[in-house]
Amino acid sequence: MDARSEASLIESNATVPKTAALRTEWIETAALALAERAARPPAAAVPDTVTPERIREETGTSDPVGRDPIGQSVTRLEDLPLVRGQARFAADLSFPRSLHMRIVRSSVPHGRIASIDASAALALRGVVAVWTHHDVADIPCIPLREGKSAELDPYLQPILADGIVRYVGDPVAAVFATDPYLAEDAAERVIVDIESLPVITEATAPLGEFLPGLPSEPTIVRKGYGDVDAAFAQADLVVELELAIGRHSGVPLETRGAIGRYDASRDVLELHGAAKVPHRNRDALARMLGRSPHSIQLFELHVGGGFGVRGEIYPEDVLVLLAAMRLERPVKWIEDRYESLLATNQSREQLHRVRAAVRADGWVLAMDDEFFHDQGAYVRTHGDRVVDMTAGILPGPYVLPNYRVAGHYRLTNKTPAATYRAPGRFESTFVRERLFDAIAERLGMDPIELRRRNLIQPQQMPFPRGIDTISDTIVFDSGDYPLLLDKTLDALHWEDLKESLRQRRATGETVGAGLAYFVEKSGLGPADGVRISVDFTGAVEVVTGGASVGQGFETVVAQICASTLGVDYRRVRVIHGQTNRIQYGIGAHAGRATVMTGSATHNAALKVRAKALEMAASLLGASADQLSVVDGQVVYASGDVAGAGRTVSLGDIASALAPTAPARGGREPGLSAEGWYETHSMTYPYGVHVAVVKVDRDTGAPRVERFFVGYDVGRAVNPMLVEGQIVGGVAQGLGGALLEEFSYDERGEPLAVTFADYLLPTLADVPAVEVMLTEDAPSPLNPLGIKGAGEAGINGVGAAIAAAIDDAIGQPGAVTRLPVSPARLKALLRRRAS
Amino acid sequence: MKPVAFEYHSPHSLDEALATLARVAPLEGRVIAGGQSLVPAMAFRLVRPGHLVDINGIAGLDHLRVEADELVIGACVRHAIFHRPVVAGVLGRALTDIAAHVAHYPIRMRGTFCGSLAQADPASEWCLLAMTLGARMIVRSVRGERSIPAHAFFQGVMSTDIQPDELLTEVRIPLPHAQARIGFDEFSRRRGDFALAMALVQFDLLDGRMKAVRVGVGAVEATARRIEAAEQTLEGGMPTMDRFQAAARAAAQAVDPSDQPQVPAVYRRELVESCVRRALERALSATLPKLP
Amino acid sequence: MKQPITLQVNQNTYDIEAEPRRTLADALREDCGLTGTHLGCEHGVCGACTVIVDGDPMRACLMFAVQAEGRAIRTVEGLAAGATLHPLQQAFIDHHALQCGFCTAGFLMLATSLIERADPPDDQELLDALSSNLCRCTGYKNIVNAVRAASVALRQR
Repeated sequence: MDARSEASLIESNATVPKTAALRTEWIETAALALAERAARPPAAAVPDTVTPERIREETGTSDPVGRDPIGQSVTRLEDLPLVRGQARFAADLSFPRSLHMRIVRSSVPHGRIASIDASAALALRGVVAVWTHHDVADIPCIPLREGKSAELDPYLQPILADGIVRYVGDPVAAVFATDPYLAEDAAERVIVDIESLPVITEATAPLGEFLPGLPSEPTIVRKGYGDVDAAFAQADLVVELELAIGRHSGVPLETRGAIGRYDASRDVLELHGAAKVPHRNRDALARMLGRSPHSIQLFELHVGGGFGVRGEIYPEDVLVLLAAMRLERPVKWIEDRYESLLATNQSREQLHRVRAAVRADGWVLAMDDEFFHDQGAYVRTHGDRVVDMTAGILPGPYVLPNYRVAGHYRLTNKTPAATYRAPGRFESTFVRERLFDAIAERLGMDPIELRRRNLIQPQQMPFPRGIDTISDTIVFDSGDYPLLLDKTLDALHWEDLKESLRQRRATGETVGAGLAYFVEKSGLGPADGVRISVDFTGAVEVVTGGASVGQGFETVVAQICASTLGVDYRRVRVIHGQTNRIQYGIGAHAGRATVMTGSATHNAALKVRAKALEMAASLLGASADQLSVVDGQVVYASGDVAGAGRTVSLGDIASALAPTAPARGGREPGLSAEGWYETHSMTYPYGVHVAVVKVDRDTGAPRVERFFVGYDVGRAVNPMLVEGQIVGGVAQGLGGALLEEFSYDERGEPLAVTFADYLLPTLADVPAVEVMLTEDAPSPLNPLGIKGAGEAGINGVGAAIAAAIDDAIGQPGAVTRLPVSPARLKALLRRRAS
Repeated sequence: MKPVAFEYHSPHSLDEALATLARVAPLEGRVIAGGQSLVPAMAFRLVRPGHLVDINGIAGLDHLRVEADELVIGACVRHAIFHRPVVAGVLGRALTDIAAHVAHYPIRMRGTFCGSLAQADPASEWCLLAMTLGARMIVRSVRGERSIPAHAFFQGVMSTDIQPDELLTEVRIPLPHAQARIGFDEFSRRRGDFALAMALVQFDLLDGRMKAVRVGVGAVEATARRIEAAEQTLEGGMPTMDRFQAAARAAAQAVDPSDQPQVPAVYRRELVESCVRRALERALSATLPKLP
Repeated sequence: MKQPITLQVNQNTYDIEAEPRRTLADALREDCGLTGTHLGCEHGVCGACTVIVDGDPMRACLMFAVQAEGRAIRTVEGLAAGATLHPLQQAFIDHHALQCGFCTAGFLMLATSLIERADPPDDQELLDALSSNLCRCTGYKNIVNAVRAASVALRQR
């Protein structure tokens, strides 16, 4: 190892926000907690329906040794620095001599830049540079993540606006100064003269030109199967709806941040504050900047929530890198909240015109949907993926023998849109489940009975959906949809619940319940690899190309590694988001982390285990099949009397496999291995959401009394974390269903640019969400049977809330758009009264 | 979201503060007490003071006492003090009811009662209280002291009669009669948000009839105000559900809310109706059984 | 113009130089190196920057550092006693009351000020006060569970 790479290692360690001391403390603290819990009664057998509460009750939260770590609700490896204030988020990282970047943004939604005068800004002492498009004209637009698209490429975003601004918030200039306060002072002094142009504010506006020569609709996503027209011709009933989902987004509590640093001594360009897809972004940035990927390193720090929006390449990421090179100083950019609500990807805004062909017995023959997706002012890294996923997953858990969809991808003069947790699913579940409620109403049939009649049956699994989405052919891998419905209704005592709501309505209360069924998707491929190594102390390091957005990635991967290898999960250190530690990585999105990285970890751990057993056999004079690994020690399998008590630790085995160790013999050095997992099919978990909502008739204010989630996760690695994902997802879903909306006025001015206008749910807005996890349909596609859980909580919230409100106010089909604000709800009540 | 630069002054006496204020008033000088509305406005650079005169260090400005027939609230009295009743009777209880709606807990620890009045946000609970109960605002400058009645004090959205060199030193709220009832209600999207509508009512209950009725509505127009039509509907009458409803309707018709896409005028009137009726019910419910 | 300011944080003295416009939050983070206090909105809504000033929870983004001179400030870095976590920190771990952890410091300081009060709030008051801060990950359920558990643990000490 030469001096340069040595230095690189030391530096990269500095970016991993954990120290050996911390680790020790953590283990001590955990050990203490463990001792306290040892006094608890022993665990009972795990029941079929694994609820996190049950598991916690039975095992204590931080269990120990001697039990398969998979399936245990152990406490998280991530937590200690976070509760001690020792984490390192992007804003917490400061390099000496840093410059601070401030973006000058367009204040008009569409216009031609007549002039930019930066002289007053540059006159301030401490202002180093002000850049406009002219200064960065050599840098291409931010590309689509996957390939090119002739239709979409002309709409990609330059890192600074090129003559035309297209939305309020569009980056026009970048100011670099020695202090963030000063940078903001200077940005105010950059005088931008913009001649306004006409705006498009609705995706449903008449087709026209978005920019000269460029239509406002670059593409239409079409999918389908069967003969829809024939189905409608023979239908007993046709039901049509127009449904709208409001514009909202992930809005993580940590705003975005990016720190660029160029190390000329090693010719390495570093981006700190990466997230989600560091490896993919490294490659894209390398192309944009004309560098080798080896000479760009991305470092994930702590991440204050991702939800799909953080970690895409935005103009600011490219600007800090470029500035770090050209201005020869580290450059730090921390987005403020006002900017964040203008500049970070928004999502969800769609209008659907959907119709169903139905037989009198409730069998739905066909669904036909045309929808308009509001993309905002540029195509960003996802291209038309949200439209594609909406179209692909819309049929959901129902057989629906004939299906046709056309998704119109439309540009408007608003903040660009992209993915937000459960992209295309929150939207499509709202549409499909509203449609099913409307069909039930028209047929006079119980909405649950209607669903039951149309659900895909377990014997039809694996079920080919007949369509593709995001390059995968959709084949539902496993599932017992009727069983989950039954279990959910049983858990809720559904008939009793309905009766009690009926009684409350009879006494004048405005209260009701609603249900939504959905199929999720997770484990998007195609391949992910990890490298596991054991050091001479027996500590295990798993280097992954995954990423953590706060979901407990380290703990889950450590549990899988610990289970397969036979160690305490607390001895496992999980590396993620560091592109200098591993060549490839898929990051954390699309419910991938546990399925893909988890399966790769399992495969790598199997290899390490085999290697350890083989070496141990030699050391102990045994044969490998007599041995097993328990809590970091290789021991004789139980029942082997001769070998009882003779052990060798993984640390000692690692020492014996050191390149210089004589015991190694001809073996490959190191107790380490690389493991890969490849798949070309996604896994499809599924769930049911049930909401109980009470409405204040005077004010129109809805209050969510109960929210229940039944979800089949295939296999829960850590039920407590799965539950956490689901409960948190529900809260976000309630935001999108009831509170959050990026509204714009008719001139394209954004109206929600502060946290007083963009309403995130508070504790008072979220009930204590109830979760029932089932493991009835493990995925046959991966060795552990795992399916994803990150998007289970948010998927059906809009649909269930809408149904519950309908039920409460006694107006089936009343809710046709989200979010259901009190003003809109009061309008529905008023309509009824008059 | 960093404020523009300013000079900071931290006077130790009222005289020093007034002298400083007189000097910096022409230089975009502003008073800061709790700063819980001012500092966010500065963070957005919507407010750009050249000087800030911090009155937190002045001893004796946090006075809170009953003088004759008035409750006197000093400039540095924080919202949180009203979490528990500060005076006996209905006023103390009403202040506690209202305080629970003023922003959030940590904001109430720092923000001040008088600061809210000086800020004159249309959705301020304390401004509604001052207008409805007929408070007097005492302002001082090196030029002397003025007592301004509420109706003259509030001049529009975020606009008061306080001159740039003046400091609001205290607010005086008339104590209600022993027979008085006070009730408050507001509606906001989330707990602690700016209200979309609010109502405060006060009346004396004499021989089963309502006298000296005051009905105030806030968060609906540029400033909170009393609604005469509603008051007349109630004055001298017995407190019945029908009468309350009639007064609430009268209030809803009397207000002139702006029509916004998010909050249409018709909806705002409905909220006024709901708030006025519920405030009336609350005023009564503390002591009386269910209405006929 | 920068001026000398002395801050008392977690019983340590920090002599810093800062402009009057520097918020307490920025001073804690940038000048005292105490980056455990986070900034989520800088306009007083999210509560990520909540610290304890003279015993009361306050938004560190809505106070200027110069105004905090002479006040006793507590931040998340001062909660644990060496390796021993504050009961609330332990409860947050045990109850999975954090995911990304960005809002955690603010919740810890808000809740600490409440459960350490001489007259601890009843459950309704507690919920009202906890609704002052935003969390985007957890759905709040486990935060409430953790605070309730720590409140009990603290009384039993």
